[in-house]
Amino acid sequence: MNSRRMLRVALMAALVVTPVAIARAQWGSGAQTESADSIPQANLVQPEALNQMLRTERAHPPVVLQVGSRAMFDQAHIRDAIYAGPGSQPGGRELLRSRVDRLPRTAEIVIYCGCCPWQRCPNLGPAFAELEQMGFKNVKVLYLANNFGTDWVAKGYPVRQGD
Amino acid sequence: MPLRRAMTAGVLALACGAAGVAQTAATKTLVNARAPEFARAGLDGRRVDLKAYRGKVVLLDFWATWCAPCQAEMPRFAAWQAQYAAQGLQVIGISMDDDAGAAKSVITKLGLNYPVAMGDAKLGERYGGVLGLPLTLLIDRAGVVRAEFEGEADLTAMETQMKALLRQR
Repeated sequence: MNSRRMLRVALMAALVVTPVAIARAQWGSGAQTESADSIPQANLVQPEALNQMLRTERAHPPVVLQVGSRAMFDQAHIRDAIYAGPGSQPGGRELLRSRVDRLPRTAEIVIYCGCCPWQRCPNLGPAFAELEQMGFKNVKVLYLANNFGTDWVAKGYPVRQGD
Repeated sequence: MPLRRAMTAGVLALACGAAGVAQTAATKTLVNARAPEFARAGLDGRRVDLKAYRGKVVLLDFWATWCAPCQAEMPRFAAWQAQYAAQGLQVIGISMDDDAGAAKSVITKLGLNYPVAMGDAKLGERYGGVLGLPLTLLIDRAGVVRAEFEGEADLTAMETQMKALLRQR
C-alpha cells in the first residue's frame, strides 16, 4: 500500500471512529450510541407497510417492540406493541432481552422508537445489534423519519395509550 | 386532550392531502393557546410551578438524556438563562427520561443553571402529546404559548423570537 493510500485509509477510519468515540465519551459508560443509520436498508419497514402487516390476519403476527422511553410509550404506542426499554441504556437492553428470550430465533420482530429524527435516534441501533447478537434472523425496524407523532400518529395509524 | 398535536396534524394532513403538512401542523397546535399549568418537584428539590413564572418569558424544553439533539441545545439554553435573566427570561427543563438519576447526571455534567423537573405521559398529553424530542415552547409573559420548535431547531430563529417576546412588557 503506498503512503497516499495509507493516509486515505487512516483518514476514513478516523472519520468513522471519531464521532462514535465522541458520542461514547459524551454519554458515559454503559450507553451505546450506534446510529440508526447503521441498520441495513433491507431490515427497514415503512409505516404504511407495517400498518398493512398489522391489519392482515396471520397465524403468527409480528412481535412489535417499542425500544424508546416509557413516558412516550404511555402517551401513545402502536396497537399491541410491547414496551422494551430504551435501547441506548443497559437497563433497556436487559429488558429487551427478557422480552424476547423465549421467542424462537425465526420469530418476526419489529422494533421502533421515534423519539428523535431517524439519524439521531440513539435507541434503534443498539437494540437491533442486541437482537442480532441473540441470534434473531427476522428483525425489522420501523423507519420513522421525524418522530412517532409525526410519522405514525399524525398519519392516522392505530395507536393505544397506557400499558 | 391526549395526542392533540399529532391528531390535529393528522386531520390537517388528510384535509390538505400533503404529507409535509403533518410536521408543520404538528409543531403549532399549542401556539396562541394558554400553556397548560403544572407544578411538580424539581430535581434540585425546589418546586417548579409554571404559574409562579407569570410575568416572565418562559422557554419550556422537553428533553431526555438519550436525545442527542436535546443535549446539543441545552448548553445554549443555559447561556441564554444567564444572558437574558435580567430581561425576564426563565428556562424550564422537563426530562422525559424514565430515570431521574440519569437526568440529574446530565444536569450536573452540563452545568444547567435553570430548574428541571421530571415529565411523564400525563404532562406530555397535556402539552398535546410529546411524541418526539426535543420539543421547545416559548411562552409569553401572560402565559400564552407563542412558538413551538419540534426536532432539531434553528436556535438563531428561536433566539430572535425569544428576544421579541422579552421586549414585550
